[in-house]
Amino acid sequence: MDLLGSAEVASFPVLNALILLPAIGALVVALLPKNRPEIVRPIGALFALGAGAMSVFVMIKFQISDSGFQFESYQSWIPSLGISWHVGVDGISLWLVVLTGLITPIVLLAVDPHHDPKPYTAWLLLLQAGSFGAFLALDLFLFFVMFEIVLVPMYMLIGGWGYDDRRYAATKFFLYTMAGSALMLVAIVTVAVLSAKDGGLTFDVVELANRQSLATNTSRLCFAAFALAFVIKVPVAPFHTWLPDAHTQAPTAGSVVLAAVMLKLGAYGLLRFGIYLFPEAAVWLAPTLVTLGVFGVIYGAVVAAMQKDLKRLVAYSSVAHMGFIILGIFAFTTQSLQGGILQMVNHGLSTGALFLMVGMLYERRKTRAIAELKGIQTAAPVFAGFFTVIMLSSVGVPGLNGFVGEFLILIGSFETRRWWTVIAATGVILAAVYLLWAYQRVFHGEPTSADEKTPDLKLREGLVLAPFIVGIIFLGIYPKPLLERIEPAVDRLLSHIEQHSDYERPEPNTPVIIDVHHETEKEEGH
Amino acid sequence: MKTISAAIFEAPSVDWWGLLPQMVLLGVALSLLLITSISRRKFATAFSTLCSVLAGSTVFLIALGLWGDVQELGPRSSLASAFGVDGFSIFFTILISLGVVTTALLSHSYIEREGIDSAEFHALLMCSAAGAIVMASANDLIVMFIGLEALSIGLYVMIAIHTRRAEAREAAMKYFVLGAFSSAFFLYGIALVYGATGSTNLVQIRDYLDEVAFKDEHILLAGIGLLLIGLAFKVAAAPFHFWAPDVYQGAPSPVTGYMASIAKAAGFAALLRVFFAALPSYKLDWSPIISALAILTLVVGAVMAILQTDVKRMLAFSSVSHAGYVLVAIQSANASGTSAALFYLFTYSFVVIGSFGVVSLMGWKDGHSLDRYSGIGRSRPVLALTFTVFLLAQAGVPLTSGFVGKFQVITSAVDVENYVLASIAMLTAVISAYMYLKIVMTMYVTEDNSEGPDIAIHWTSGVVLGGILVFTLVVGIIPQFLIDFSQDAVPVLIAG
Repeated sequence: MDLLGSAEVASFPVLNALILLPAIGALVVALLPKNRPEIVRPIGALFALGAGAMSVFVMIKFQISDSGFQFESYQSWIPSLGISWHVGVDGISLWLVVLTGLITPIVLLAVDPHHDPKPYTAWLLLLQAGSFGAFLALDLFLFFVMFEIVLVPMYMLIGGWGYDDRRYAATKFFLYTMAGSALMLVAIVTVAVLSAKDGGLTFDVVELANRQSLATNTSRLCFAAFALAFVIKVPVAPFHTWLPDAHTQAPTAGSVVLAAVMLKLGAYGLLRFGIYLFPEAAVWLAPTLVTLGVFGVIYGAVVAAMQKDLKRLVAYSSVAHMGFIILGIFAFTTQSLQGGILQMVNHGLSTGALFLMVGMLYERRKTRAIAELKGIQTAAPVFAGFFTVIMLSSVGVPGLNGFVGEFLILIGSFETRRWWTVIAATGVILAAVYLLWAYQRVFHGEPTSADEKTPDLKLREGLVLAPFIVGIIFLGIYPKPLLERIEPAVDRLLSHIEQHSDYERPEPNTPVIIDVHHETEKEEGH
Repeated sequence: MKTISAAIFEAPSVDWWGLLPQMVLLGVALSLLLITSISRRKFATAFSTLCSVLAGSTVFLIALGLWGDVQELGPRSSLASAFGVDGFSIFFTILISLGVVTTALLSHSYIEREGIDSAEFHALLMCSAAGAIVMASANDLIVMFIGLEALSIGLYVMIAIHTRRAEAREAAMKYFVLGAFSSAFFLYGIALVYGATGSTNLVQIRDYLDEVAFKDEHILLAGIGLLLIGLAFKVAAAPFHFWAPDVYQGAPSPVTGYMASIAKAAGFAALLRVFFAALPSYKLDWSPIISALAILTLVVGAVMAILQTDVKRMLAFSSVSHAGYVLVAIQSANASGTSAALFYLFTYSFVVIGSFGVVSLMGWKDGHSLDRYSGIGRSRPVLALTFTVFLLAQAGVPLTSGFVGKFQVITSAVDVENYVLASIAMLTAVISAYMYLKIVMTMYVTEDNSEGPDIAIHWTSGVVLGGILVFTLVVGIIPQFLIDFSQDAVPVLIAG
């Protein structure tokens, strides 16, 4: 199976190439001649696809049993400050990297910017490079650089290609994230400076996590600063107010990447940096964060149900979904964490695809107001069919990917956070309420004269959506390839928490996980 | 009573090599004035620009030579230890010489456009630069004062050089009156410190304060306080910043860039020499005061900046808040903090020269309203991108020099466990970011995707802006060489 052998693979710094290729692509695109706008997107897509192919290569060569970081690459960067270019991938980041690798080329090919294709393509490629960097960084400085730099392309995309209120939305998006990460930078420096007494100044995450040299109160404060940055990014209610604006005003490509990739930075940051560096503080703050997460599940669902704009509805559904992920992460069991990470991928697929489809609908009808749309199903049955599958995935219907993630989160959290889980479970029902109700209003009924002419899904659009549909169904019936790669890293993280705090996870030999496997295997047999 | 003839007068040794930078600048300035005034021919603007550029480049090369010299043989001082030739002074000589070159090139098209006497302008530029170098190199408070005055008097005239514009005259007057005030504070401070320690020489002051414990140190503390006020005026630190927005707005844009970078850098150089190098034993007295000044400066600069509608006033207040960051680094009162301050000054200076260079290109028409920038992202994409990078660098966005500078400043504050100050510095950065983003948005986002004005870019400005752009990004990506440079430039006082 493993023909090349891991040693040979490691010799080629594939992760560095992953970050650099789209960045070089952006530069190439920026230097293309002005009078040939038609070649810009194909060339850009070529670079994005190259990076996507490399991310798939990483996925194939990934060692399942290895719980540590793979494909590591280490380069001294600013030696006098102990800063290095340290990248690596483990089960937690692997699927987010693949998601980033695959979503960007799809979006680039699928969505027409309408004007200025050159800067548009260049910014999207930079966004891909920065997102890769943020998911792969194992150095706090490098991570912060990537975490902040991705704001610039997204800001430019919203500002340059967004809808009417784009100025406000773009600025709000930038400032919210920057405000959150301001204190995180102070915390990053504090951790590094205070840990320097145990072996020199370094910003290396693995090294700092092993040293654990901060006093309890200091590490709690630092964790709070990290958590603030990440809950804004996730976003956890009540820090979510930037998200509906950014999502609604962003161009379709921006919304898709924002939902599929950038929102994950927050949850991923909590896992990779927050919990890993400050396990004790994470356990200490977990009740608060879980409460906020569950609040987000209910709040997001209720507010989504009341939206008049289809895109805003999808944006609020993100708040609810991300609340589930926060619950899963801070329940600290293998299943809940696995479910949380799986749900990040699921959310990327379903919400990304929903934004794509809402964008397609807008192209057809020039409106996103639910009240102005009616009976699209009659006019565009295939379109409605695609929308149904994706919507049901977002609802969490068994057999589709959303169910697996939510089910694992709920099962895992039930052991440690029983009552929170009970409340969160109602969020599943609420999701069905707001999504089905919206579907009913938009697609059912007698079409008006304007709706009647809505063109059906074109082949090109179908091809764009096909990968999402395949992913949604595949992960719904056979999530094992993902889960078995996520599990070792999650177990390692949990052991790390147990080692450095008084938290003890419930006995791992519960039969629940086996049940899930049985079920999925049976389904696969049919 | 001794007779004068009995004392043998021995002149202090002069390190001519170390004094060469100022001598070149002054020599070229005086020759330029002389040639253009006695010659009947009218010289082109290009001649004066060339003189400044050549003088600046020569000083840069000399300073590089001196740098190698000092790193190898160690720092020294000259003129009876009144004048230091150390890494610190050469660091600033390099910065100032590059400031002269960039300002000269950026002002070229402005001077031609506005029909200003170029020889006078460039002679003043070089004289004030020589003053700035003296200020950064002085080991003696009186010498420092001479440098300060040479710098300031040059600037007073440079601000008013556009005689037809009432705003420029008003700005010059304002700067002159307040500058004179601050000089008076500074002088009185020198007098009190002399009264307390018996010397104006920084080396002797330091050694004296190391050995002597005062029973009553009020005079000394008052003197230190007055020195701080005088220098805080020069660097436009709140609450001594009130002149800055009006003067920056009224002055010709290339001069504003020069003031915001080189004059400010020279002020900080003097501040570091006096406080960090000469008064380390009073660190516990001055560090909290600088810390308080830093907080005030950061908050005032950031909050006032977002209330402005004129781009030059925005950048003026942003330059106030940048002074706050340098003060954050200085209050840590250790070598790493000082090197952070030097790094910040070096990178910030070029970014601010570049920013005002862009403002200068945009031209003046009933002020520098933000609306004028609307749509240049389409009509002039490269210029807009360059300005965006400068603005994002000032906002402290990663992969620009501004981020590395801010990062080191934060590190220096955390180093001395001043977490509150570090947090305030980062939060005010977010407030200022709003203002920078507002400018960026205006350039790129227009309601109907219309194009902005088509700006003519003279090649001299293009070269400078391109150079600063490359510098900003390179330092943002591989900053180690500049960190080493600023670490080697931490001041030391040597008696010679």
